[in-house]
Amino acid sequence: MSDAVAHHPTSTGLDSRKLAFWTFIGSECLLFGSLISTYLVYKGRSVTGPTPAEILNIPLTSVSTFDLLMSSLAMVLALAAVARGDRLWARVWLATTAALGAIFLGFQAYEFTHFVQEGLKLQTNLFGSTFFTLTGFHGGHVLVGVLWLLTLLFRSFQGKLGPDKALLVELAGLYWHFVDVVWIVIFTVVYLIQ
Amino acid sequence: MNEHENAARGHATAGTYLVVAAILTVITVVEVGVYYVPSLKPVLAPTLIVLSASKFALVVMFYMHLRQDHRLFSAIFVVPLMIAVGVAIALLFLFGVLAVG
Repeated sequence: MSDAVAHHPTSTGLDSRKLAFWTFIGSECLLFGSLISTYLVYKGRSVTGPTPAEILNIPLTSVSTFDLLMSSLAMVLALAAVARGDRLWARVWLATTAALGAIFLGFQAYEFTHFVQEGLKLQTNLFGSTFFTLTGFHGGHVLVGVLWLLTLLFRSFQGKLGPDKALLVELAGLYWHFVDVVWIVIFTVVYLIQ
Repeated sequence: MNEHENAARGHATAGTYLVVAAILTVITVVEVGVYYVPSLKPVLAPTLIVLSASKFALVVMFYMHLRQDHRLFSAIFVVPLMIAVGVAIALLFLFGVLAVG
């Protein structure tokens, strides 16, 4: 799929935009690595509650995790549809991915609101500080991804997202899948291993 | 490119993507199931880490196409990932969360 997209000749023989984007994703690994490390280092060191065991809602987060996993499936199907020039299904899958991303953000907004009502804020304890920073950064990335997908959907409706523009969708897909794999780690480290 | 051409070139097809999604779903169900089994508490962390790493690898290999893409992309992703994991492990030892022996 990726080699179906034409690009200017480069010394590596690879598309520079894609190479640059993978480099960006590599730097994002370091960003989220530092955030997850900080969460783990301060885990269980809060002097006051609420603690993770008291407040985290595993069933709810399991549903939002499933939602994000399915959004990755929709994203990869959107790329396949764009690459084969199927405009209808490209729009359907792009819209589905954006909608599933928005639903995930809804779950996160509900969770954050509930936590604040239960007395857990950014400044309450070490758990609150590290939890909101880590999941907040991730949620910010999901928000950027949803906006990116909506711009692609808009371009599709303008008739400017044919197979020759598949790389644009592929880059958005790489970003979206990366956000998904980060959540796979967060779900395990923060929610399941308490 | 149609499905047959994709398959012939070693690229994943829609069927492959659906199978991967099904596997990801099953692993997630197992993860949550393991969390609720009291007798598995002693091995909970290693089990969950293995399951999570499997999901991570599936998404990266099939959905991000690293399985069939140029190896330079894999290197650009894996090297910082290993540095991040190394830094995390070092910090856990440094702050006494993990200990030798």
